[in-house]
Amino acid sequence: MKQIIVGIAIALSCFGYSQDCTYTFLGELSDFHDGTPIASATIFIKELDKYIVSDIDGKFKIEDLCSGTLTLKISHIGCETKTVSFIIEGDTYKTIQLEHHIEELNEISVSGNTSKKETKTAQETVLKASVLKKYSALNIGDALKEVAGVSSINTGNSIVKPMINGMHSSRLLILNNNVRLQDQEWGIEHAPNIDINSAAQISVIKGSGALAYGGDAIGGVIVVNPSRIILRDTLFGKTTLGGQTNGRGISISSSLNKNYANGWFINAQGSLRKNGDFEAPDYVLSNTGANSKGFSVRSGKKTFESGFEIFYSYLNNEIGILRASHIGNILDLVNAINRQEPLIIEDFTYDIGFPKQDVTHHLVKAMYYKRFKNFGKVNLQYDYQNNQRFEFDVRVGDDKDKPALDLNLETHTLSTDVILDSNSDYKLNFGLMGRYQNNFANPDTGVRRLIPDYDKYDFGVYTTAEYAVNTLITLDFGLRYDFNRIDAQKFYRTSRWEERGYDVDFADIVIQDLGTQLLVNPVFDYHNFSASAGIKYLLNDYSYLIGNYSLSSRPPNPSELFSDGLHHSAARIELGDLRLNQEISNRISASYNYSNKDLNITIEGFYNRINDFIYLEPFGIEQTIRGAFPVWNYLQSDAEFYGIDLSASYDITETINILNKSSYTVGNDLENNRPLINIPAFNTRNSLSYTNDSWNNFSASLTSEWTFEQTQFPDNNFETFIAETNENVLVDISTPPNAFHLLHFYSEVTFKTSKFTNLNLALSVNNLLDTNYRAYLNRLRYFADDLGRNIMLQLQFNF
Amino acid sequence: MKTIKYLFIAILSSTFFMACSDDDTPVLVNEEEVITTVQLTLIPVGSGDTVIFESKDLDADGPNAPVITTMGSINASSDYIGTVKFLNELEDPAEDITEEVADEADEHQVFYSFSGNSNSSVGYSDADEDGNPIGLSINFNSGTAATGNTVTITLRHEPTKDASGVSDGDITNAGGETDVEATFTYDVN
Repeated sequence: MKQIIVGIAIALSCFGYSQDCTYTFLGELSDFHDGTPIASATIFIKELDKYIVSDIDGKFKIEDLCSGTLTLKISHIGCETKTVSFIIEGDTYKTIQLEHHIEELNEISVSGNTSKKETKTAQETVLKASVLKKYSALNIGDALKEVAGVSSINTGNSIVKPMINGMHSSRLLILNNNVRLQDQEWGIEHAPNIDINSAAQISVIKGSGALAYGGDAIGGVIVVNPSRIILRDTLFGKTTLGGQTNGRGISISSSLNKNYANGWFINAQGSLRKNGDFEAPDYVLSNTGANSKGFSVRSGKKTFESGFEIFYSYLNNEIGILRASHIGNILDLVNAINRQEPLIIEDFTYDIGFPKQDVTHHLVKAMYYKRFKNFGKVNLQYDYQNNQRFEFDVRVGDDKDKPALDLNLETHTLSTDVILDSNSDYKLNFGLMGRYQNNFANPDTGVRRLIPDYDKYDFGVYTTAEYAVNTLITLDFGLRYDFNRIDAQKFYRTSRWEERGYDVDFADIVIQDLGTQLLVNPVFDYHNFSASAGIKYLLNDYSYLIGNYSLSSRPPNPSELFSDGLHHSAARIELGDLRLNQEISNRISASYNYSNKDLNITIEGFYNRINDFIYLEPFGIEQTIRGAFPVWNYLQSDAEFYGIDLSASYDITETINILNKSSYTVGNDLENNRPLINIPAFNTRNSLSYTNDSWNNFSASLTSEWTFEQTQFPDNNFETFIAETNENVLVDISTPPNAFHLLHFYSEVTFKTSKFTNLNLALSVNNLLDTNYRAYLNRLRYFADDLGRNIMLQLQFNF
Repeated sequence: MKTIKYLFIAILSSTFFMACSDDDTPVLVNEEEVITTVQLTLIPVGSGDTVIFESKDLDADGPNAPVITTMGSINASSDYIGTVKFLNELEDPAEDITEEVADEADEHQVFYSFSGNSNSSVGYSDADEDGNPIGLSINFNSGTAATGNTVTITLRHEPTKDASGVSDGDITNAGGETDVEATFTYDVN
């Protein structure tokens, strides 16, 4: 309607005043940020159907104008096309400001097609929506393995923790829509609480170079971003339906986005997933079913000058843990290791019994930003997270249905970030962060707390700078300081307190003596400094080199400080240490990238030296009424990690592509002169794919995944006396399983269903040959084989 | 720059504000279902001492080893009526976990393994609803005189009771998970 009126008005004005066409319009184009003139912009004069170009000072002149409306459509490389209208009643002069940093808009949220990196000189890989959609029915940890050098440490196949260059858990930092995930990430069996269907893009940054996110990312940073906000009146979305044979799983995920040209937007997304018991090639993995429910909604207004966003996400995962992995003592572990198949194999069921996990994560975020002319952009963000974790064990009597672990972790974070980008040669960024966290361990479980009640306070301040020396060289620097205070209240058994020698070193923190137990109040402060410096050097149009150094410091997490008890699936007693201090990492890395039309190669190398690296090591054997258990202590030692990651892609013809991703990582304990535990073995992935766009975007690929046997591992085997059989046995908990080779098939086709909609149909087969294997980095490898063949069919309707 | 100054102050003060949170003292966890004590009482069918084997571990998975006591002496070639008890002595009065085991008899079995020259043996004298042994009540035969024999009492949760040899007290194929394992050394006189 509006257009019609404007059109009529224009038409009338042309007729009405056609005699009086003597006016001149003088325009001046300048950059919104720094006021610099914008030269060579194309200006389309709608009324005259004519193009002109702005001069070196950003000026342009239109002569012989009639009175009435003048509509200009101004476009320039790197700017958003802007349409302005003026009423001409005489000679007119106007300054028009363009948003010359259109790419900056994307940093708030990134689109599915154009990928934007979070860093300039770090080893970063971006996974786009087109890759992520393959993993709609799986876990985020599965998708991240698309990146060379990223593996995962698993507890079964539903608890998949990402691992970057051999490091995981607290050494990785995960951001969901710019909120640092606080979900008890310290535990190996605690998977990240992110619904992969809510992500439109994921960036994996190796090492701690991205200081704005935190100073303790010794292993790396994973940045999960939702879909981009488009400044257009549009409604779009997608619905994905999937089914798979292994686990007889079904999944549905749907998202809807409504955007307005004036910047308002609202997105909603939800997903549901249900799996029954998964299957190894030869047997059912009893009690490995999983249910997942996720929902998120995001709304706000985004314009170039200012905007805000409110985001809420909910995720609930109920995950069954292999029944046969719940063991009582060392004899049970020995029996499990010696058996070829799990002790308990039952018929397939969707029911999830014990042991299991039930984890709910809520995230609320409110964000506001404003741009100031000739200055930059200020972001202000508050976020709240609530993580509720229940773990159910196999218990007897009245306690059968009672969780053995009931932890609630609440986190409030207030942060601000200021970007000074008015000068196009350099960009300065600084920010502040304040965080309060409370952990509550519910005593109603009837089991001593694994992690105590605590309050944690964090304060961080950082600055990063990016400087373009010339068109070939970009430098960046960062500095960060973090203060952490943990204030815990923990019950120790008096016997343990004394055995650890805490009665001598920490006598002053005892606040209550209950006879056999002590209530203590440890308060620890940590000051952490981190820094980074990097260079990117463009060798030519096809290749560049990146070099980066980063220093990072990670304080011990609650589990490393306070663990105190029997770990059932590992049949060991794990003990934290109040005396731990931060681990300090010095990492250098270099990358080379070459890309032309057909060939793309990235080689990434790194060396990471970590002083006071915190790890678990066997310490001795303790007798309990369940029998003897090995005791594992958290210790510190100097360590080194180094490795090389390669990814290469080559288009042999227009339709045939080969792809290789390989990774080699070494981790050594330098003080004890032996390899570190749980380092991924050399692995290489090769794909051959065929793509033909004219057959409804048909593609098919065959991937070979080859993981070598890990020969570098610490020998933590021990001998124990088995009373039932009166013999000493060697408990081999260290020897990694054999190498394995898997084949995977993936094929998809996209049908255009209308001008704006399409239907994508994907068929994939994982472990095509139904190969039996066990993976070194799966904690349940002692008990059962990994997954057998899985055929998945997925329908995605994009509208 | 003013904006930044205000932001700085706002965040700093919010950290302090958050710092003034409540300081609730945590409640001591009342440990349930923990077995601290195993007691095997052997009452002679004929004459002789009542023999009690006891293993008590009051700090559970704490560093202290269980305290083992033996009362009374065992006579050679004698039959005893044996009963085993599981207690949680962290509660006052002590909780008798044997009752829970008996209530879920089909999910539990107590095994007795021997070593030494006496060749002592046990036979089950109780049964669950399926007719499989539980092992809370036993007949004990002391065997020949010898010193330094051991008996290991193992309580298994969810054993496969119909597996080969299990109903005869052979633990080899029992599976399940171990809730209690205690070994006693004794002499047969």
